[in-house]
Amino acid sequence: MNMRNEKRKAAAKVLGNHEIAPGIYDMWLDTELAGAVRAGQFIGVYPKDKSTLLPRPISICEADERKLRIVFRIAGGGTREFASYKEGDEVEILGLLGNGFPVDEARGKRVVLLGGGIGIPPMVELARELSKIGALVKVIAGYRDGNLFLKEDLEKYGEILIATEDGSAGVKGNVLTVMEERGLKADMLMACGPMPMLRAVKRCSEERGIRAWISLEERMACGVGACLGCVCRTKRTDPHSHVKNARICTDGPVFDAADVDI
Amino acid sequence: MNTKVTIAGVEFKNPVMTASGTFGSGMEYGEFVDLNRLGAVVTKGVANVPWPGNPTPRVAETYGGMLNAIGLQNPGIDVFVERDLPFLGRFDTKIIVNVCGKTVEDYLEVVERLSECPVDMLEINVSCPNVKEGAIAFGQDAECLYDITAKIKEKARQPIIMKLSPNVTDIAQIARAAEAAGADAISLINTITGMKIDIHKRTFALANRTGGMSGPAIKPVAVRMVYQASHAVKIPVIGMGGIANAEDAIEFLLAGASAVAVGAMNFVNPYTTVEVVEGIEAYMKQYGIEEIGELVGAVKE
Repeated sequence: MNMRNEKRKAAAKVLGNHEIAPGIYDMWLDTELAGAVRAGQFIGVYPKDKSTLLPRPISICEADERKLRIVFRIAGGGTREFASYKEGDEVEILGLLGNGFPVDEARGKRVVLLGGGIGIPPMVELARELSKIGALVKVIAGYRDGNLFLKEDLEKYGEILIATEDGSAGVKGNVLTVMEERGLKADMLMACGPMPMLRAVKRCSEERGIRAWISLEERMACGVGACLGCVCRTKRTDPHSHVKNARICTDGPVFDAADVDI
Repeated sequence: MNTKVTIAGVEFKNPVMTASGTFGSGMEYGEFVDLNRLGAVVTKGVANVPWPGNPTPRVAETYGGMLNAIGLQNPGIDVFVERDLPFLGRFDTKIIVNVCGKTVEDYLEVVERLSECPVDMLEINVSCPNVKEGAIAFGQDAECLYDITAKIKEKARQPIIMKLSPNVTDIAQIARAAEAAGADAISLINTITGMKIDIHKRTFALANRTGGMSGPAIKPVAVRMVYQASHAVKIPVIGMGGIANAEDAIEFLLAGASAVAVGAMNFVNPYTTVEVVEGIEAYMKQYGIEEIGELVGAVKE
């Protein structure tokens, strides 16, 4: 049996944690789960505060054999606790969760990655895996302002184009503004970001006839497909649920934009 | 040491079950725990036809617990019988199917479909707070509960457990109505109706506005109700509500439960069920208890 593909709750050790933009933290973890990571997957991170029970779903930014990197924004009590972690702290995680991006389908293709805000981190592992298989990668990263976190990490794997909401760096606007202004040609889009951005990516893919893979987010409880908390509406009847919705944690978080009704 | 319990003629290898809706049909948590170790798997509620459930957000965390308003999303009885039952049949554990419906006829249709199936017991959900029709409406009024229990009992080939709501004034009266109508057992508590508001957005945390609260925060309410219900009826009681470990489970047994179920804590620690099984065995060893039945209702009055 291949143990590496099994989901499990595991102990991890914090190797480093620091703020890379206001309210955004960059944490490296030492964990045996790291070796099997696929781009677009996530882990559940458990706060130590026992009044908070549920694991927080956090996307994986990057991973190698033993090390796993998460970049997260403080969104509440749980992530505020994670922000306080120091090197050497122990943390419990649940993983590996979710399907990940279909990297193999991008082999030899021109792929534009679109990351918006806290949807940027998973683009690092994705760009890395895509560049490894010889896809032609361009990344568009959309930020609020001039705090261009992870820009250097992304530059290692392809051309990076920047959009900022306030116009302080790159193009003023969002990731789609860059796509249009630069007249970018692509065979495939892969995106992660806030829902309005993902809706725009879906529209763009429909108008231009380009396949788009989008990573969705929803409030989750179990993270493993049992509770049915984190569903999204689907175009067709889902083969598991037999109704028109799919589980983001297990059937996703990455979906073909044409298959979901967002 | 004997951990076997018998409820309505069905023998369970131990008193640890899963609470409906927190364990799917066992497939997802089968990746974490050996289902053969469990007394029973109680499935997520199944209706006569597929139900899409409620809009999202469907879940929200609360202090020491959570709210859910899934809305009984389920694939319907046909898929359940073809896919989920054969999966569960591969394990040496008892199968209890949770049945839900909008009308009495819906429930009866599912119960009749299951009559020829390899199912050990039926648990009738008359206590889900998150669907507009059916469900809880049958469970909050003693006469309605009596009526639906009697009708299901007439058709059911397997023993039936009525799953009761804590959102009632007098749980003893409700428990007695289920017993009088012929229920073989009762299980409680289902979730407690709750609400959470996001003060920054000024919106409800759940799309359904209200949801059912579960998790360790509700355990004292559940223990109290299991105690009251088990003293009101002679039929066995299956206790649940916030069980996180063996100590919690033993509390329910002492309060009068013949068996227990692990619910929301599966989401927190996917190994909870088996840890409870092992912890109960350790407790019995520690106190020299030969028969698990010695613990049922054994709190000193």
